[in-house]
Amino acid sequence: MKQEDYDTDKKEFKSGTGLSLSIVEKQFRFSDWFAEKLIKSVSFFSIAFVILIFLFVFRESLPLFKGKADPEKTEITGDELSHSGDLRPEAYIPGGEVQSGEELSPEVYSPYEEAPETEVLQPETYGDVIPETYSAEEQTGYFSASDAYYVTDEEVDDPVRTLFSKDWQPVSDNPRYGLLPLFVGTLKVTLLAILFAAPLAIMAALYTAMFAPRRMKEIIKPVIELLAGFPSVVIGFFALMVLASFFQQIFGYASRLNAFVGAIAMGLAAIPIIYTLTEDALTAVPKTYVEASLGLGASIRQTAFSVILPAATPGIFAAVILGLGRVFGETMIALMATGNAALISANPFDSVRTLSATIGAEMAEVVFGDTHYSVLFLIGSLLFIFTFALNAVAEFYFKNKVIRRIQGK
Amino acid sequence: MKIKRKIPVSVRVVKDAVATSLTGFTVLVIIAMIVSILGITIAGGWKSLTWEFLTQYPKDGMTRGGIFPAIFGTALMTLIMTIAAVPFGVITAVYLAEYATEKSVFAKTIRFAVKTLAVVPSIIFGLFGLGFFIKFMGTNIDNAFFGGELRWGQPNILWASLTMALLTLPVVIVAVEEAIRTIPRDMREASMALGATKWQTIRNVVLPGSMTGILTGTILAISRGAGEVAPILFTGAAYYVAELPVSLNQQFMSLGYHIYIMSTQSTNVDETLPLQFATTLVLLLLTFSLSLIAVILRYRIRKKAIHSS
Repeated sequence: MKQEDYDTDKKEFKSGTGLSLSIVEKQFRFSDWFAEKLIKSVSFFSIAFVILIFLFVFRESLPLFKGKADPEKTEITGDELSHSGDLRPEAYIPGGEVQSGEELSPEVYSPYEEAPETEVLQPETYGDVIPETYSAEEQTGYFSASDAYYVTDEEVDDPVRTLFSKDWQPVSDNPRYGLLPLFVGTLKVTLLAILFAAPLAIMAALYTAMFAPRRMKEIIKPVIELLAGFPSVVIGFFALMVLASFFQQIFGYASRLNAFVGAIAMGLAAIPIIYTLTEDALTAVPKTYVEASLGLGASIRQTAFSVILPAATPGIFAAVILGLGRVFGETMIALMATGNAALISANPFDSVRTLSATIGAEMAEVVFGDTHYSVLFLIGSLLFIFTFALNAVAEFYFKNKVIRRIQGK
Repeated sequence: MKIKRKIPVSVRVVKDAVATSLTGFTVLVIIAMIVSILGITIAGGWKSLTWEFLTQYPKDGMTRGGIFPAIFGTALMTLIMTIAAVPFGVITAVYLAEYATEKSVFAKTIRFAVKTLAVVPSIIFGLFGLGFFIKFMGTNIDNAFFGGELRWGQPNILWASLTMALLTLPVVIVAVEEAIRTIPRDMREASMALGATKWQTIRNVVLPGSMTGILTGTILAISRGAGEVAPILFTGAAYYVAELPVSLNQQFMSLGYHIYIMSTQSTNVDETLPLQFATTLVLLLLTFSLSLIAVILRYRIRKKAIHSS
């Protein structure tokens, strides 16, 4: 280990004189050591990012558990919001006091917006169903009242307890943050989307892996993978403008935007993921299996359904689970195509509000540091934990199973 | 031993044909859906897609005019995102492909973290951007350097781009690592045999050889970043800006956000429908052509790898 050698390192390499015994001895080279350490520490950041994401999303939801009255928080809120120049026509406080809504208007994000834009408070209204809970009066009441006032109001329920209630009414005099309708809605959309996407994608993958001629395979694969490159906002726009009306003509349901339309659109987003991973799983099955089966006189169809499919089942499960994760967290399509009404119902043609869409729709209008704000971050943490768990299951459980099965253990 | 009755060949042939055509039909269905999305968007938008539309500002409360600020905002955002994400991604990919050993727990953890980053919903990145970049970093920078004046503690293009960089990091890592792995072992060994150290080999042999892969990763990341909306919903995208962002702490307009806002929250959705379709067409053409280039580049890398090995 001769540390003084490091500066000659480069010259030796360029001139070629370095091919002496010193190489064989494997000396300590500072530039190499430094490069490796640097590269290693930079790669560590990907781990750090995952941890940071969870920590900081969870951190913002902490006030929920700490207790409510946090005067510092209220102060910050007022300070931040005073920078928005928006006008809110009327302010209503449950106590009856009238106050200018200017200071506490939630439109912090859009300093350039003009006054009429403040009317567009509810992204829900573009659907045909307008939830009753979102009357204009309630909104102004909610947004203009100060945080501290709410906390001291005895009539208001404890926000943490309302998390388990059946109503999602964050914008009212007595805000209720029941997550149940959001969970039901998310589950309904996710299930429908997977029921639509998984069979299609798996069959298509089976065709590409087993039946398609080589030339066709080389066309089909990139074309379906191109679908993965479609931005979700484009698919959402397509669902909102085209699919919704199209399906309404066929099925004749009441609300144009509903769980079914959203599920079809999200299925479109999930198809390329499930397709690609399933295709990978199918082609990972050893060639000897196929040859043995074909050699015994089985047709390609019999080989595909009795040999390849069973061998690749864990891989296909992993593919479906990752597709599930994609649908579960999909935001833009849910925002645009599901109608965004927090209802609990089993009817697939009712509007729903998913967890991620709730965050997307309400975060921009919420008062920083407010209970509603914390609840949205809590939803975010739950989403993170759920997708993390899904990914871990797909990665460790199913992948190991594939390896074991193929190795015949 | 009882011999199972032999199924007549004709039944088998029919079953085979049914299986082939049924699975083939699903492929057709999927491709038909892709074509219809493309076709309907083109049919709805091509008439409004003029030079003026691309180069002008929105006029009359967004009902007329063009989308130039949105195109500019998207381009600037993806540029900053690329500058942030690509070096990180390339270095991590170099570690995974060159330094990490098969059994290293550290490398396995990185792989898992990268996969997690790839599956975390994009809205979570938005929340993270709000909680970390704006509320934590921004507020602290304001307090430390500007005496609490609100400069960085609010949504702006820098925070939005960094949030997007995190989202596209796994895309870069996966593409670059794949490209590095296609470089033949012989080339590394030849370099080492000439006396080059590991780092010299990486710098002079591996990285130049995987330039196409780095380019592919970058293009894929841009394509992804240009289309995502959820992460920038509350980290920097604005409904309308009167002038283009000249400083990093200004808000910006983005194509995807523009589509979302115009189709859901504007007051006259029907009137502006052709403009919305045209905006969607612009975004779709952008991401579509980028991913097409990436697919072609990737195909060439794989072909080269097959020929050289």
